[in-house]
Amino acid sequence: MTDVAKQTNTVSLTIDGIPVTAEKGELVIRVAERMGIAIPRFCDHPLLAPAGACRQCLVDVEGQRKPVASCTQTVAEGMVVRTQLTSEVAAKAQGGVMELLLANHPLDCPTCDKGGECPLQNQAMTNGRADSRFHEKKREYEKPIHISSQVLLDRERCILCQRCTRFSEEIAGDKFIDLMDRSSGEQINVYRDDFFGGRGTGDGQVGEGEGDIAFNSYFSGNTIQICPVGALTGEQYRFRARPFDLVSTPTACEHCAAGCSMRADHRRGKVLRRLAGDDPAVNEEWNCDKGRWGFQYQVADDRIMTPLLRDAATGEFREASWSEALLAAAEGLTAAKSAGVGVLAGGRLTVEDAYAYAKFARVALDTNDVDFRARPLSAEEADFLASSVAGVADVTYDDVENAPAAVIVGLEPEEECPILFLRLRKAHVGRKIQVTAVAPFLSRGFEKLGAALVAAVPGDEARLLAGDPAIAATLSTPGALLIVGERLATVPGGLSAAAELAARTGARLAWVPRRAGDRGAIDAGCLPNLLPGGRPVGDPAARAEISLAWNVEAGALPSRPGRDTDAIVAAAAAGQLGGLLVAGVDPGDLADPRLADQALDSAGFVVSLEIRHSAVTRRADVVLPVAPAAEKSGTYLDWEGRLRSFGTVLPSTAMTDGRVLEAIAALMDVPSSHPATTQNRTKGISLGTGDVMAIRRELGAMPPSKAPRPAAPAVAASALPEAGQHEAVLATWHHLIDLGSMLEGDKVLAGTARPPVARIGKDLAEALGVADGDAVTVGTDRGAITLPAAVTDLPPRVVWLPTNSPGSTIRRSLGVTAGAVVRLSASASSGATS
Amino acid sequence: MTQPGREVLQKLTPVLTKRWLSPDAWKIGVYERLDGYAALRKALDVHPDDLIQLIKDSGLRGRGGAGFPTGLKWGFIPQGDGKPHYLVINADEGEPGTCKDLPLMTYDPHSLVEGAIIAAYAIRADRAFIYIRGEAVHAARRLRNAVDEARAKGYLGRNILGSGFNLELVVHSGAGAYICGEETALLDSLEGFRGQPRLRPPFPAIAGLYASPTVVNNVGTIASVPYIVLGGADWWKSMGTEKSSGPMIYSLSGRIANPGQYECGLGITLRELIELAGGMKPGHNLKFWTPGGSSTPLLTAEHIDTAMDFEGVAAAGSILGTTAMQIFSDQDCPVYATWRWLEFYHHESCGKCTPCREGNYWMVRTYRRILSGEGTYADLDTLQDTADNIFGRSFCGLGDGAATPVMSTLKFFRQDYLDYIEGRTAPRLSAKALVGAH
Repeated sequence: MTDVAKQTNTVSLTIDGIPVTAEKGELVIRVAERMGIAIPRFCDHPLLAPAGACRQCLVDVEGQRKPVASCTQTVAEGMVVRTQLTSEVAAKAQGGVMELLLANHPLDCPTCDKGGECPLQNQAMTNGRADSRFHEKKREYEKPIHISSQVLLDRERCILCQRCTRFSEEIAGDKFIDLMDRSSGEQINVYRDDFFGGRGTGDGQVGEGEGDIAFNSYFSGNTIQICPVGALTGEQYRFRARPFDLVSTPTACEHCAAGCSMRADHRRGKVLRRLAGDDPAVNEEWNCDKGRWGFQYQVADDRIMTPLLRDAATGEFREASWSEALLAAAEGLTAAKSAGVGVLAGGRLTVEDAYAYAKFARVALDTNDVDFRARPLSAEEADFLASSVAGVADVTYDDVENAPAAVIVGLEPEEECPILFLRLRKAHVGRKIQVTAVAPFLSRGFEKLGAALVAAVPGDEARLLAGDPAIAATLSTPGALLIVGERLATVPGGLSAAAELAARTGARLAWVPRRAGDRGAIDAGCLPNLLPGGRPVGDPAARAEISLAWNVEAGALPSRPGRDTDAIVAAAAAGQLGGLLVAGVDPGDLADPRLADQALDSAGFVVSLEIRHSAVTRRADVVLPVAPAAEKSGTYLDWEGRLRSFGTVLPSTAMTDGRVLEAIAALMDVPSSHPATTQNRTKGISLGTGDVMAIRRELGAMPPSKAPRPAAPAVAASALPEAGQHEAVLATWHHLIDLGSMLEGDKVLAGTARPPVARIGKDLAEALGVADGDAVTVGTDRGAITLPAAVTDLPPRVVWLPTNSPGSTIRRSLGVTAGAVVRLSASASSGATS
Repeated sequence: MTQPGREVLQKLTPVLTKRWLSPDAWKIGVYERLDGYAALRKALDVHPDDLIQLIKDSGLRGRGGAGFPTGLKWGFIPQGDGKPHYLVINADEGEPGTCKDLPLMTYDPHSLVEGAIIAAYAIRADRAFIYIRGEAVHAARRLRNAVDEARAKGYLGRNILGSGFNLELVVHSGAGAYICGEETALLDSLEGFRGQPRLRPPFPAIAGLYASPTVVNNVGTIASVPYIVLGGADWWKSMGTEKSSGPMIYSLSGRIANPGQYECGLGITLRELIELAGGMKPGHNLKFWTPGGSSTPLLTAEHIDTAMDFEGVAAAGSILGTTAMQIFSDQDCPVYATWRWLEFYHHESCGKCTPCREGNYWMVRTYRRILSGEGTYADLDTLQDTADNIFGRSFCGLGDGAATPVMSTLKFFRQDYLDYIEGRTAPRLSAKALVGAH
């Protein structure tokens, strides 16, 4: 060994006679791969622990009596490795394994989804024999069986490489699938009663036995992607296409703030499947089932393809031409402007589209009444976003993976940011990160992170962050992270305490929203208190920077901070607004859906830019269809603040929000008092948001703001609500797969959702006289929700419900959110909903 | 049946088997009267490191088949590492033909318990496990009773015999899987997981049971320990050969007059063992035999004078293994015998790796075809090639064991195969037997 090698922890070896230097501990198969030597393999996967099960990657190592599996063998100084390229022994060993793998594999490649992209097929062509020497019958199984509503298992095709079981155990922590039986009868399966003497299922389907446990993992789709044969297939894509007929386009996921890289495969103008993209810095090679399968909304029956106008005479919608509809929108908004128009931009927009709304509000509508937050919020949150989030990209996935400790509050990572959950879990499994959950109970996701619970009654998080010495001690460890979710906004003083705690302990602070567009909308200026680039609206210097960039006269931009979503809704409901411009907002997500409906009804003029019909389009005066993610290009900012740009997957005539807004602005009258442009146009405003590249250029040309960052909010924690007899404090968050608009109508995916339950502590269970599974009714003055009880280790007098799941739409049904006091009662019948 | 001569009778060295015929030797009172627990008292007075040295000096090698030096294995356990250490005794005796541990545990269970306590003391383990084959209900019952008796007498539990040494000994019954005799599969099974072999490294000495340093030893190995402690290394080495010291229990089965266990010094020959066993069964002539269970390459009549120690058997091209000698005569068909063994290996393959899972499945089918008179010349090449593709290619030794009888019989008895293929031997299986066979 050379001195250099000693210092750098490397070893020298040869593979097929070629000298190579490798890191100590590196696997032979990886080193060969780096050199361009492809050793066939099935069970090996770079992100899974070595298994050595399939034996396909056998190579000849000098001095070893037997061929060794290159996927388990680490390099050693002076090692002489010969692969199938230079060794008869290795070639024969690989050929032998391949023959045995193929001996029992069905010859159904022509109808198999994997055919054309199948590692077994490919390697059979390069390393296999042309015919079989075995003549007896192959082993047969019923094909296929559903191991969840979405995932199908064809055991005949399975080569038992255990990639799927290893993924589920090592990566996701969902050990729902495992090897069963042994020898040639060995198979992958889920737990089924009939395997253990229970009621037989007859047709081999899972779910017939009472105790059957399906493959209930949010990450189950990854097993299909890494299956090296066609044993695991997805219900949604099965038999839909041949891989060689598909066109693959890299893209980004539009669902949550995790920022997954994705690949969309399409054919004849239709996306047929989506796969996790390979991005080691973000999602590695994984994604969640929502991202993989939740794209049917783009082709749903209720997709809006033509502009709609409400006929003044009949009050009914009629289809209109784009020019008519745009003109109607422009005229309506111009007329409504004097009384004020609020812009509800939703959290689903790309950075570019969010920027268009931010600019449209200020330039065309002369207002700061713009907010992307389509959920319960607070003024404290807006201040926090201005002080601690806008323009900040301080914490990355890599930091999470290497952090010694993380305190998580207002966030259930598995439900609300699944890829962040996977990275936390990787840190937990690999480096034993110390996770502290400030939450009402230890959810399954937190359990899988080995989290310690700081039990918090909803509303009490601010006090705990400010005062719990253990939390402060944990965060004082160098590299520790404080990860706060958007839900902390509804806890008075919560975000103030988080900012103060991070500053006090030196921990880095990450804010994790739930939607893909949330983080970008902040930086794009879709907030009543912020202009693009995190520039405070109230700061004249900041306004001047934007005026310059937008080519509007100094002083022309509205200077008073605008109304937030809640205030816009309240003002509209009270008839104080002339109009609303709404993009991708479901009123049911807002703090008070009933008030939101009322606001849409009462606002003088409502313009809705939407993909599909919704509660908003039904109440709008003008509906303008816009492009779904696949039909446009754009950028999301993930929770890290990392740019996730993507190109158009499917060319279509659908327009981006920015292009539609530009067209409306161009038709809007410029008031004489408002010298909006310097281009000497007599009519109309040039917004310049019609082209994504133009927006990117405009944003890129904006110099960094010189305006000082506002101070973090300092809101005091408020007293905890008192729950009286037969009352409890409500805790809630979203399930990953729920009634969200973008999952609507997707029955197969909905089948993998977690069943909604009402979680109550032992105290409430005793007081109500209910056990697990008994119906519990949670009510307010507005309505009630009845769900089966799940007795959970909760603080006294706390009840947890899923926010927006079947039978549990708490904002719409109860009109409240986390921290509210609700009434509890035992119900006669179980399973009923309000 | 012939009476063994005086000369060969002197070759019997009853050490581990010496109490088997004493009435009620499995009870602690009888055991104590027959030197029982004397070695433990002696062992607890010496430093554990000296015990390890004693075992090294005795040259004791593992009795489970591989013959790894026991003292060396104990010495691998890192001391002062702050981790718990475990002693695991492999009592999952499952190798076809092997029957030495079961009678030992049935007739003299305390010798294993005593050996376990001494071994645990030597490696500084405060918890030991005996993983016993699930089917061996009677032996397990005797063992559990012995553990209870030992605990009641203060040989187990806290502060054993006032030495300050604590030990809990757990008798764990397996669920009847041959693979769980493989030490890492045994550890997985003991931890409550599916019994499949683990990737090595790390080896059990570093990360074994519950990822802690673990010694896994065979029953015969551990049961030898008290005798070495009492008799000393030199006495132990006075039996056997220079490199294969001590006595060994040979289990003889098949076409001999008196099948059973014969304990002799390592290095005895089959000729002598057959004589001890009263000769071949009348009318039978030795044709082939396993030196150490069906996983070891077969030997033939010409190897009858091979020294049955680790080196002697290796020189003859086989492995001493578990000294389970199955003796076949000229009235036995090697093809049929190999098929029966293969059915066993196919049934017992854990399924983890491709060569063993698939290879055995398909070889079994080829044998069924040959035995039903449907075989072809090409089948012989296929069998040879498939066995080659299993041997040394599978994850653990099970695959090697399965390929071994195939390769052996093809090597020594190809004519017997050809006799089926060419119709000189009547089919042993009917076509009906193949229907639905699995």
